[in-house]
Amino acid sequence: MTRYIVSRLGITIVMAVLATLVIFLIANTVPGDPVLAQLGDVAASNKEFVAEWRAKFGLDLPLWHRYLIFLYGLIHGDLGISIASQRPVLDDIVQFAPATLELATIGFVLALLVGIPLGIVAAVWRDTWVDHIARVVSLIGVSSPTFWLAFIMLAVFYGGLEIAPGPGQLDPIALAPDRVTGLLLIDTVIAGDWGTFRDAAAHLVLPSIVLAAATLGLITRTTRASMLESIQQDYVRVARAKGLRKSTIILGHVFPNALIPVVTLGGLAYAQLLSGAVMTETIFSWPGLGLYTFRSAAALDFPAIMGITLVVALVYLLINLMIDISYAYLDPRVMR
Amino acid sequence: MSAVTDAPVTQRAVAPVATRAQRWRRRYGLPAMGTLIVLIWIVVAITAPLLSPHDPNMVDVTNRLKPPSGAHWLGTDALGRDVFTRLLFGSRISLTTGFVVVIVGALFGTLLGGIAAFARGKIEEAIMRLTDLVLCFPPIILALAIAAALGIGTTNTIIAMLVVWWPKFARLAHSMVLTQRSQEYVEAAIVAGFGPARILFRHIIPNSVGPLIVLVTLDVGNAIITFAGLSFLGLGVVPPTAEWGSMVAEGRELVAQWWVATFPGFCILTIVLGFNFLGDGVRDWLDPKAMKR
Repeated sequence: MTRYIVSRLGITIVMAVLATLVIFLIANTVPGDPVLAQLGDVAASNKEFVAEWRAKFGLDLPLWHRYLIFLYGLIHGDLGISIASQRPVLDDIVQFAPATLELATIGFVLALLVGIPLGIVAAVWRDTWVDHIARVVSLIGVSSPTFWLAFIMLAVFYGGLEIAPGPGQLDPIALAPDRVTGLLLIDTVIAGDWGTFRDAAAHLVLPSIVLAAATLGLITRTTRASMLESIQQDYVRVARAKGLRKSTIILGHVFPNALIPVVTLGGLAYAQLLSGAVMTETIFSWPGLGLYTFRSAAALDFPAIMGITLVVALVYLLINLMIDISYAYLDPRVMR
Repeated sequence: MSAVTDAPVTQRAVAPVATRAQRWRRRYGLPAMGTLIVLIWIVVAITAPLLSPHDPNMVDVTNRLKPPSGAHWLGTDALGRDVFTRLLFGSRISLTTGFVVVIVGALFGTLLGGIAAFARGKIEEAIMRLTDLVLCFPPIILALAIAAALGIGTTNTIIAMLVVWWPKFARLAHSMVLTQRSQEYVEAAIVAGFGPARILFRHIIPNSVGPLIVLVTLDVGNAIITFAGLSFLGLGVVPPTAEWGSMVAEGRELVAQWWVATFPGFCILTIVLGFNFLGDGVRDWLDPKAMKR
């Protein structure tokens, strides 16, 4: 067991170092010129100014030298200075992360609350109208483009019916609470400001529904397939023979056994939501990592792009490591 | 497993005998619908210039943001261009990018995965670690970074998507070929003196092709949505090219003129839904276990 975990850990570390190389190469060998993108035509035509700018951000050094500087900085927790915001990238990420964490968590919980029961009933009443509805709902969830769904939600509930607040985390006139955790729902409670709490909660409704829609399909289908697999096991026959009630069998025996694939896929889906729902955040002007990623990419802000991609890749690697290790506990055969 | 265990738990109150038509609908209904939707869009894409009442890029500011009417069936956008016409032409970009990304990605990935599983040793290790490396990035963010770095344009966006697209095919092909390798017919082929390339391309790959086809079908919709998304973010097509994702972007502030953004998004939904219905059906046909369900 220890040997398996150590070897997985070793692989993860090697992958992390390789990931830094990949990110560095993408940011540094591609044709787009960050200086031109940042300075604009007038300033970019001034050769001296451009050279000074390049020197300031170390863009005049050879490639391998810049990679070593990049690595050295990483070890010291330095992701570089964002060209657009002129602040350390790590500070930017720390500032934008809580909004994403809040939105992703609520969207994910919403998807679980709807998706798991839907998957269960679809499996229990397989091939009936319930199953068909669950199938169509999950397929539509997976098939609708997030950015369009977000637009429709805003157009109907904000523009049309005027029962939901517009984009953003808070009303423009609302006063943000003192930043303690960065999570608005928690910070407002700490400040005891219930008016702002309600405002923040109301602003979360539409984006979290949009975010949940795509994940919902995945959760529903995985739950259904996994439940169908478990229902056919012998222990279900035994439980039937003992005369247990159907609801006890389904919820007490089949469901816990069917949960493992749901947990695995759900974990990956959550990781994906955490990495910043680029589309949803961009449309709802949600000040999270997704919006930050998009803005940095559009401005060719390479330190920021490198930093955010790297952080997200590390989170991914870490979650994959945790999944691998949990497999070892759930199914010892993987350690062969 | 058996119907005996099955019946009590998933029992149906009444089990009327299904007619032939009902059985057909239950088994082939959604895939047939998917095929129909996809075929309609392919025909539209090919015949767009014949079907469209206007020029997709003709700017007419005197007629801007007109609601749907007899002259402009789905209204006009902020530059007075006919939305319906642009929708028809947009299908071309979406279908092309969807097919190109998935087919090229699948070919490249399958080839690499197949070679890895067949060669074993250092080559396998190198290819599969490279696959893992790309898979450790969230696809949309990596594609976004590459697309931004390469610059705006359909070809550049397709390249960016291809970089993140091939690994899943490599992984699937790798595991499929590994399974096939240990089959007796492969040993027989080796004994018969066939070369590795012939065994790989003529025997192993044709036998592993089922799950790959499922993944390809399900993936075209996925690729179309991703391209439209990148386009929506301004990284896809160069204006004024008619493309559904960028059309939604142009209309995203126009809540009162809902027709500008609503229809292109709906087109994306239908085409992706079509491919997903189709992929679902293909999976059921090729997977006997799923069929029984």
